[in-house]
Amino acid sequence: MASLGSIRRSFAPWADPSAKPYIRFENVSKRFGDFVAVDDLSLTIYEREFFALLGASGCGKTTLLRMLAGFEQPTSGRILLDGQDLLRVPPYRRPVNMMFQSYALFPHMTVEANIAFGLKQDGMPKAEIAGRVAQMLKLVKLEPFAKRKPHQLSGGQRQRVALARSIAKRPKVLLLDEPLGALDKKLREETQFELMDLQHDLGLTFLVVTHDQEEAMTMADRIAIMDKGRVLQVATPAEVYEAPASRFVADFVGSINMFEGRLVKENAGIAHIRDASGAEFWVGGSTRAAPGDTVWLAIRPEKMRVSRERPPEAENAFNGEIWDIAYLGDMTIYNVRLDDGRIVKASMINSMRRLEDALTWHDRAWISFSADAVVLLTE
Amino acid sequence: MAGTWGRFNVAALVLGFAFLYLPIVLLVIYSFNESRLVTVWAGFSTRWYVSLLSNRGLMEAAWVTARIAFISATVATVLGTMAAVALTRYTRFRGRLLFSGMVFAPLVMPEVITGLSLLLLFVAIGLDRGFMTVTLAHITFSMCFVAVVVQSRLVSFDRSLEEAAMDLGATPMRAFFQVTLPIILPAVISGWMLAFTLSLDDLVIASFTSGPGATTLPMKIYSQVRLGVTPEINAVCTILIGVVTIGVIAASITNKRRELRRRREELLAFGS
Repeated sequence: MASLGSIRRSFAPWADPSAKPYIRFENVSKRFGDFVAVDDLSLTIYEREFFALLGASGCGKTTLLRMLAGFEQPTSGRILLDGQDLLRVPPYRRPVNMMFQSYALFPHMTVEANIAFGLKQDGMPKAEIAGRVAQMLKLVKLEPFAKRKPHQLSGGQRQRVALARSIAKRPKVLLLDEPLGALDKKLREETQFELMDLQHDLGLTFLVVTHDQEEAMTMADRIAIMDKGRVLQVATPAEVYEAPASRFVADFVGSINMFEGRLVKENAGIAHIRDASGAEFWVGGSTRAAPGDTVWLAIRPEKMRVSRERPPEAENAFNGEIWDIAYLGDMTIYNVRLDDGRIVKASMINSMRRLEDALTWHDRAWISFSADAVVLLTE
Repeated sequence: MAGTWGRFNVAALVLGFAFLYLPIVLLVIYSFNESRLVTVWAGFSTRWYVSLLSNRGLMEAAWVTARIAFISATVATVLGTMAAVALTRYTRFRGRLLFSGMVFAPLVMPEVITGLSLLLLFVAIGLDRGFMTVTLAHITFSMCFVAVVVQSRLVSFDRSLEEAAMDLGATPMRAFFQVTLPIILPAVISGWMLAFTLSLDDLVIASFTSGPGATTLPMKIYSQVRLGVTPEINAVCTILIGVVTIGVIAASITNKRRELRRRREELLAFGS
């Protein structure tokens, strides 16, 4: 398989206005009785993109996937694939294949027969089927297991069979419903990279549904954050993390400290904000807010510093007491209780092997961050 | 104390089994009776089995019964499976509750009523009573038993298997025959066997719906017994019991074997 380095490519069709969209959801809604699973959602996905739908359970991400596969019909709106409206196309004629969360392997068929199933439906000649099956088995490294039945395989092997079966037909789009959900942590990490390699080598478009943000961040070119049937932000993993569009996204992806305040004034790219307790903040970047507006400051824990002395260069610094410490080896997470009672979370990389003079419970400490570390949110 | 309870348990067991099986054991024993009188033992003999072969009436009835049972079980299995699939699949259609109630009502309907209503129907539409009407009647009442058996299997059937088949390009029809049916086949076969047995030993409904030339074995036995039990009847019944027993034992052995093989294979998967 290709080395990881080859995956990191400059691939950004979404930034290119002339790029042709491959999959388009146009104002798609889906209601089950009174429940609105997908709410007037529009989304564009490009060819060869590894796209992730990320959200908590019940946010509508699986429904969206099932509508693309053809198992659910949208209540309103259109879904286009490569320019073709999919509305009247039954699932068995859509050029997409799905890897099911439960894998849905046919228990009465061998691994080989499972992989060959889709090819047989297309009436492919027998010799060609055998060749393609052998190729798929090799791809997922399951050659010795060709004659086994699904119940004779381990969880990881079953996942590979499901994957091989869903890509055997070379679909235009591969839909993956929580593809790694049933695997243990170590296997999950390995498989993430294998999936990325595979997607790149085969040049397929992947649409993956997941509730695991780490999984989405690792694998996807772009992520759509979903909540209550709506898309809140579509962006690259780095953008989602460093420039969340809303408080929900900021809070959903990773952990974050949030302060609410009012904009006092904005001058030369530095915004001055004061919160209800009178604390002052200095934030870089333009705010798109008028003086007096309520704004929220979001700061990631790793962008905060905990120290005994106030660092002279820090624009923002607050005094507090070490409330809780979680030592994780590579880093330490401090919960610092500010003097007004608020708890702030900061994580520090343990770059030194210095054990003495470490901060400990109930020590007085300064928590500080630069003006550029803050994301200013207005909604 | 334990001893007395032990004795009580043994007694209960013996009594229970005697209650269940004594009549059958007696029947089997007397089928090997030399005497023409059913209740007088006169030594071991298989002469009634031999004379059975030359009793054309009984043999004909047996052949009619077997044909009716085979045809009605097969048709009932097809219809019952279809009903079960429809009822588990389309959970949101209007009147589902009414429909499922109507499928299962014949299970508790007194046979006399089923028989009578079918008779009235056949008379009304002018269908001559005979082989065909008995078969139709048996299909009607045994298909709901098949539906119950198959439906209980379908409830635990993972629908995503069918979706996966369709996703891979199978039409709904192909998905059913290539994926769903092979998986629920054991339930369908049990349904067939149940329908076959029900048809085989039905007397009431057959009496209502049968006509000349279509006398089933239970009807024949019943009418002969009214004239007095002959040892030949005992012999026929013994054969019937034998057939059913062998069927049940064979089914349970294959089930057990499959279970054992599966467990072995699962162990193999863990080892690798």
